[in-house]
Amino acid sequence: MRANPMALLEVEHLDVRFPLRRGEIRAVRDLSFSLERGERLGIVGESGAGKSVLAFSLLKLLSRPGRIVAGKVRFEGRELTSLSERQFRRLRGNRLAMIFQDPLTTLNPVLTIGQQMIESLKAHRRLSTRRARIVAIDKLRQVQVSSPERRLEQYPHQLSGGLCQRVVIAIALLLEPDIIIADEPTTALDVTIQAEIITLLKRLCDEHDVGLIVISHDLGVIGQLTQRTLVMYAGRIVEQGPTREIINDAQHPYTQGLINALPQMTLPRQRLHQIPGSMPTLSEVPSGCAFNPRCAYRMTPEGLPRRDCIENVPQPVRSGECQVACHWVAELIAREPSEERAT
Amino acid sequence: MIMFLIRRLCQAIMVMFVISVIGFTLQSGLGDPVRQLLGQAATDADIMALRQSLGLNDPLWLQYLHFAGNAMRLDFGNSYFFHEPALEVIARYLPATLELIVTSAVITLLLAAPMGVYCAIRPRSWLSKTLMGLSVVGISVPVFLTAMVLIQLFSIGIHVTLFPEGTGWGSWLNQALSTQGGMPAYGRGSPVHVWGVWSTNFASWRGWLYLLLPALSLAFVMLPLFVRLIRAEMLEVLESDYVRYARARGIRASRIYFLHALKNTLLPVITLGGVQIGTLAAYTLLTETVFQWPGAGLMFLDAIERADMPLIVAYLMVIGAIFVVINTLVDLLYRVLNPRITISGRPA
Repeated sequence: MRANPMALLEVEHLDVRFPLRRGEIRAVRDLSFSLERGERLGIVGESGAGKSVLAFSLLKLLSRPGRIVAGKVRFEGRELTSLSERQFRRLRGNRLAMIFQDPLTTLNPVLTIGQQMIESLKAHRRLSTRRARIVAIDKLRQVQVSSPERRLEQYPHQLSGGLCQRVVIAIALLLEPDIIIADEPTTALDVTIQAEIITLLKRLCDEHDVGLIVISHDLGVIGQLTQRTLVMYAGRIVEQGPTREIINDAQHPYTQGLINALPQMTLPRQRLHQIPGSMPTLSEVPSGCAFNPRCAYRMTPEGLPRRDCIENVPQPVRSGECQVACHWVAELIAREPSEERAT
Repeated sequence: MIMFLIRRLCQAIMVMFVISVIGFTLQSGLGDPVRQLLGQAATDADIMALRQSLGLNDPLWLQYLHFAGNAMRLDFGNSYFFHEPALEVIARYLPATLELIVTSAVITLLLAAPMGVYCAIRPRSWLSKTLMGLSVVGISVPVFLTAMVLIQLFSIGIHVTLFPEGTGWGSWLNQALSTQGGMPAYGRGSPVHVWGVWSTNFASWRGWLYLLLPALSLAFVMLPLFVRLIRAEMLEVLESDYVRYARARGIRASRIYFLHALKNTLLPVITLGGVQIGTLAAYTLLTETVFQWPGAGLMFLDAIERADMPLIVAYLMVIGAIFVVINTLVDLLYRVLNPRITISGRPA
């Protein structure tokens, strides 16, 4: 996991905390990853895993009292965490765009679509309002919004959820950003619209060579939209690798649990699997591997709890094309390096 | 929209009906106008004749119909004191009051918006804590006290001597700190007449000077309330998704605060404002008394003292009408401020 000189975005040992009176919440812990230009990266995990906090910390939009305690975020080699608010504002929406979860609450209800698109453009470019309108209409066409001229005059409540999300995607594309961070971009939409939005996002990111970070709890969305996936649990990455590998051949017990919990259309009707227990709240994460109380593999073959699992935070190890942070996987690899592992 | 206005008109008629009943009861229930008109020396025959000619011997409902019919023709009778139609008297005094109310409303809005926004975006700064503290004091202090303090400070003046006189800096500082006074605190000065009918304080510097202290003291009635309301609403709106999204788009902070957030807080502010403008009309009684501002409030107090019934009733009706008009305007403003509200004739 060494710094990649070619990476568009590099996150190294990021640590985000929310100091509260009741104790400190460590939402993101020692987290590192990178994103190439034009790459589509998924971040998956249960709610409360710190995904959204990670997204907002990349844009330095953490809500109070959250702050980045340690680590670096490099964008095109430029260190972002030390930028002033004023310098950072020039990047937001311009080079780093964001798509929020619920399109209906994302757009300001008392301003027209046009006002919000034009102000986005004018915040970063010197343009006349007429020129900005033309750009806005063009982008609305790209996201296949019908009669874009009329949409500009409309207010968000006059548009459907799917249409609003298209507008939000158009706004994200307005200034031709290098990275789009999409936080649960399809969660608030119904399934047919979800599919359209996913296709659209995929196509637009390829056309514009945009790096996309998709955050979702939905492995289906991640599977369709991304090339590489990070699995987050309690603020850490527990597994990362090509999305195909993660879905077809998950290594980490938690990822396996997530995948087994998906309903299978092809199998006869049966009870869905679920991972026993629930994710710890981020203020009281168990010591050692955060997943250990819920993990089926914490016992050694001899039937004793593995000491490592309870005492030490697992370090990522290479397993095939993936990186897995699990003592059990590490042990398997160490024990039988050549043999096929049973999963 | 048309349905809305028609509905509003019906409501207005209802409101005016209720007020007119109250006004009528006042008129027929308090004092004897015949005695006041004829004096103590009148003979019984004279009194009977006048009662007959004024319709005072008719049954009460007929008297009310008579009164209502006249009121509809905007005829409230002659003022006993001025000996001219009551409405004309009010028309002469009302502009001074309206100028006072409008000026103080504008002052309130211009001060409350930035103060409220500031207190919301810097809740921990000493300035917002001070403003919040002062606002509690401001809400509790009655308007005549504010008025008197303002008069003491800026009209009579306070002389401060913190440093020995004579030394260069000391005397300069003393000069700077003392309020020499000189702000007018009595009456309207000599308002300028424009378009023949309207005598205004807006048209001259001198006029503004006379307007300033009364308007300020009236503004301090509403200001604390509005600062607190705007702050509370802003705090809520600043947590919303669309504010965060606006920041994620790189919109300038000032634009986020004063357009994205403030526009969303204005609805409750306008609602309160509509009610408060009515309250202001009530508070002008006090302000006008302290500053001897020759407006409708002062006129009303004098009319009560003189039991000048037609004038009192006409004043009540005019104030009632103003209330109705302002509330209609507020409802129309809703539509402008919040596109999700559509104005229709249907009851909400």
